[in-house]
Amino acid sequence: MIQINQLTKYYGDFCAVDHINLDIKEGEILGMLGPNGAGKTTTIRMLTGYFKATSGTIRIDDYSIDTDLLKIKDMIGYLPESAPLYSNMIVYDYLNFIAHIRGLDRSKSDARIEDLVGLCGLDNIMHKTINALSKGLKQRVGLAHAMMKDPEILILDEPTSGLDPNQIVEIRNIIRQIGKEKTVILSTHILSEVEATCDRAIIINKGKIVADDLIKDMIRRVGEEQIIYLSFLEASLDDVKNRIIPFDGVIAIQELKSIDEKAIRLKLTCVNKPSLRKKIYQIIKKTDWILIEFSQETKDLETVFRELTKEK
Amino acid sequence: MRQVIHILNRELKDYFISPIAYIVISVFLLITGWLFFSSFFIFNQANLRNLFNLLPLTFSFVIPAITMRLFSEEINTGSYEILITLPVTFPQIVLGKFLASVLCLTSMLIPTLSYPIFISFFGKLDWGPVIGGYVGAIFLGAAYSAVGLFASVLTRNQIISFIIGTLICVSLTLIDKMLFFIPQTMLGVIGYLGADFHFKNISKGIIDTRDILYFLSIIFIGLYSTHLAMQEKS
Repeated sequence: MIQINQLTKYYGDFCAVDHINLDIKEGEILGMLGPNGAGKTTTIRMLTGYFKATSGTIRIDDYSIDTDLLKIKDMIGYLPESAPLYSNMIVYDYLNFIAHIRGLDRSKSDARIEDLVGLCGLDNIMHKTINALSKGLKQRVGLAHAMMKDPEILILDEPTSGLDPNQIVEIRNIIRQIGKEKTVILSTHILSEVEATCDRAIIINKGKIVADDLIKDMIRRVGEEQIIYLSFLEASLDDVKNRIIPFDGVIAIQELKSIDEKAIRLKLTCVNKPSLRKKIYQIIKKTDWILIEFSQETKDLETVFRELTKEK
Repeated sequence: MRQVIHILNRELKDYFISPIAYIVISVFLLITGWLFFSSFFIFNQANLRNLFNLLPLTFSFVIPAITMRLFSEEINTGSYEILITLPVTFPQIVLGKFLASVLCLTSMLIPTLSYPIFISFFGKLDWGPVIGGYVGAIFLGAAYSAVGLFASVLTRNQIISFIIGTLICVSLTLIDKMLFFIPQTMLGVIGYLGADFHFKNISKGIIDTRDILYFLSIIFIGLYSTHLAMQEKS
């Protein structure tokens, strides 16, 4: 549905988005991950027509952003970061303005606003001015704004930033509900959010896409490796290394500093199989080493994110 | 055109929900009222010449105060991003905001209609120059609004946008008073650029196409530059 090809944006000399290619299918919920300043917002702003790309193309269905901008704006519902709505308007007036400018006539707009009030939970605040609302409520008004014309594509830039945990759950539920029928693009730097709401995720760092996969594949792939920590007393390092390295499945072994000076501490990177742990245990049992730590850590999305985006 | 009206409506509501419109209108009425009536009884003539003589200068300060928020505020709060990503074109946005400020300044002029009505009880008022004066005032105000709108799109700071707008408007007002600096051959051209000169013609009751054309060109240049500045931003 959305095809992004070699999209690039320069601010002066600084390259914010660097030749990004991306294909988004209809009905997909795509999570855009990345550290601050990675180029998420810039990409989104080009997609919504707020910024012009330095080079590259964006196509949505059969429309190109260069020639059919108005048509594309009409298809997209967009909520910018921190919902910068017209703050001195009353919620009802604001939604009414959006409805009219989105081309809904008077009879339809009231019905649509009523639907959105139900969906986003705005019952008690329709008469309040927007700048009197709490951040979470404002965000909900913003969601209603973005969904006004039942858009085919919904783009949300950090929709849950600054909300309390209850509000986050509420907003996520709304997003998931919308995502059943619509294409949703969600930018965030909260990983659990992507795990909870999205089908597919891309990780952007320094203007480039460094990972692009279905969430379940991403999690499965990162779950294939695990890290085991071992600490021994009364054992020699070489002896331990010689006995453990030959195992099939041990990828790397690394000595760590131990708090106890007499102990040796090792970090084993290996494939995630219970049989391997069993074998390691059996080896240890045969020796005189005193085992004081045997712990494991599975990699999660967060580890992958950190590995892909850390400063080198 | 429908989109222009929606934007116009929203801006007008914004003017009259917030205190800006009321403050600007009261300041305007206070200044013009005082300037006009302080010498009105001394001259002892039933005309509004005094009011219209000073209008270009008062407008140079008042109109940028009306237009300064139109873009600056939106850019500053970020709602500009929302506006741009709605299905409207740049010309629709520019036109909507421009017309809103023109309507706002018209509503500012309406209370001054009480002056000619009041004067007409005292003496025989010639309505030609009065009507000409009001038509001219709207053209002048519209031209300054276009200038102010351009100043507003340049910066996110309303005060800076007010100062830029005022500078341009004051220059347009006073340029034909500065002619002694200008070489003889340029006199005609520079003189023609002065807004005051054209406004005076109209306010005498002579509605000349050259003067109308002058104001229309200022409006066009102002609005088109605004459009260009918006494109530059994206």
